[in-house]
Amino acid sequence: MSGGEVLLQQLIIGLSNGMIIALIALGYTMVYGIIELINFAHGDLFMLGCFCALTLVGALGLEHTGSVIVLLAVVPVFCGGMNWLVDRLAYRHLRGQKLAPLVSAIGVSFVFLNFGLFWGGLPMNVFGGGKAAAAPKDFPSLVSNANLLSESNVLFTAKDLMVVAITIPLMIALTLFVKRTRAGKAMRAVAQDRVAAQLMGIPVDRVIGQTFLIGGGLAGVASVIFSLYNNTIYFQMGYRAGMDAFTAAVLGGIGSLPGAVLGGLFIGFVRAISDQYIATRWTNVIVFAILILVLVFRPSGILGARHREKV
Amino acid sequence: MKRFRFHWLFLAGAALLPMVSPHLSEVLRPIFIMAILGLGLNILTGFTGILNLGVAAFMAVGAYSYAILTCDIYPFQLGFWGATGAAILIGLVAGVLLGLPTIRLRGDYLAIVTLGFGEIVQDSLKNLDVITKGTQGINPLPAPPHPSYFLFLGFLSVVVLINRNLERSRVGRAWISIREDELAASCMGVNVMKMKLTAFALGAAQCSLAGALWASFLGSSGEPGNYDFQISIIALCIVIVGGMGSIGGVLLGALVMVGFNTIVLETFTNFLKAHQLISSTNVFTAPGNWKYMLFGLALILMMRFRPEGLLPSKSVKAELHHDPS
Repeated sequence: MSGGEVLLQQLIIGLSNGMIIALIALGYTMVYGIIELINFAHGDLFMLGCFCALTLVGALGLEHTGSVIVLLAVVPVFCGGMNWLVDRLAYRHLRGQKLAPLVSAIGVSFVFLNFGLFWGGLPMNVFGGGKAAAAPKDFPSLVSNANLLSESNVLFTAKDLMVVAITIPLMIALTLFVKRTRAGKAMRAVAQDRVAAQLMGIPVDRVIGQTFLIGGGLAGVASVIFSLYNNTIYFQMGYRAGMDAFTAAVLGGIGSLPGAVLGGLFIGFVRAISDQYIATRWTNVIVFAILILVLVFRPSGILGARHREKV
Repeated sequence: MKRFRFHWLFLAGAALLPMVSPHLSEVLRPIFIMAILGLGLNILTGFTGILNLGVAAFMAVGAYSYAILTCDIYPFQLGFWGATGAAILIGLVAGVLLGLPTIRLRGDYLAIVTLGFGEIVQDSLKNLDVITKGTQGINPLPAPPHPSYFLFLGFLSVVVLINRNLERSRVGRAWISIREDELAASCMGVNVMKMKLTAFALGAAQCSLAGALWASFLGSSGEPGNYDFQISIIALCIVIVGGMGSIGGVLLGALVMVGFNTIVLETFTNFLKAHQLISSTNVFTAPGNWKYMLFGLALILMMRFRPEGLLPSKSVKAELHHDPS
């Protein structure tokens, strides 16, 4: 492989991983945009989605490539529902407080983590029977790993195509939803000024619930794609994925949808480049260092609006 | 009504305990160390209202400083007191270094920066294995010069005294005013940035002291993975469950959280093991597997039903139960 091909290969890997990070980041950015909560449990919700997908594959015996559609139909509903439920049970009672919702979200993230541990320990054949609860689980390879660029050294596999083919239409649909529909308009109104929105007759709590539902659904799609792309899942994966996605959301300007996608791609590329040219073990340090530097020098991110503290 | 002084009661009780139950006092030592860590975080989160999700990093700084300064494979080989003092100073500097660039950030962004700092410190300790011995940790370290129970209790008492006096000083009142309303505080002439930086420095120094004591307790720096996000969260649970801004509350929080983790959970596990009730194939039967769930539920339920903590400080309680409309 020539130097150029190595770089191109890393860019493809970065693109696919970046798209997955972007989907998770969208969930962070939507929730933050509407109630200024860093939904700490979002990464662990993503992890539960992966376990849900694996259970479906095992329980329904899904072995065909077409069964990806079943996963894409069920897992987002599960994740979105969980996210909605958590908001309903925990965060809704803490609206308007400063640190309480964030601490509560950290608590939810730990509860989810424990769900994941238990889920992985369930006595089912799906989880590679007999493996310890905490051990990584193999996700069956439903999408082929064949190279679509047959003449080249660079790999662009069916998996990479799947990632792009699912995420891009989804992002377009999300943008249209937020920009064009009545529900999307309500969401933007609540994000702008919750009290004013309420005075205009917008059912604020329901709109916030919808935001959690959609954000969770996106995490569900991300978990299906991630599982199919990487073929390994384990109960602690949510923390890392969540931190990457949060970094992406902040980098792009938290609250901004295109920003989250841009940030996700950037983090994906940085990870791939750092893995290849620096060292895998320093990649996390680099990502976090970028997070801190961005927060210090440009806290509003690349596309975020400047925010002034109001009296 | 004169307020119930839980912290003095706690310290007096702990001082008398070895006469009653030598075994129990052995188990209590980690609680003293975690209480010091909790009090360090309490300066930041409890007094000043800065959420710090990376105190484990300051603890790691203290533990590794102590280990490098005492272990005989390095040229320093200071004694216990010299190394502990140096660890406190290094922690102070680390706190200022992290605080200086980040102190201006809004609350939740700052929380994420501290979390990122925690990850960077942990990963760097793991990767710089030439100096830190990677996952083996630095050991053996010389034992502390005095019986460690009373040594740690002594440190805790001094820390409690310092914190109590700080709380009532000009600095402490400035911190509390920042927590309650940053803008109003700055309008009243409080130098918000300076006070926040002071909180960072002193909080980090205490967490670093906790780390140094922890290393001397283990006789090893421990591996970098010991200072992970979970430790930061346990410290946060200690402060929140006990009562933000309440020194007695933090001591009670440490007793409840760490006592639960090390004493209750362990005893229960041993009991179940003795009666062969733990099955290796059923993940639900091992009490240790419920740990995250219990910590998580503790945080969620405390936030929902008793956000001021078990032993609340008066001002936090008033703030939370005050109806702004």
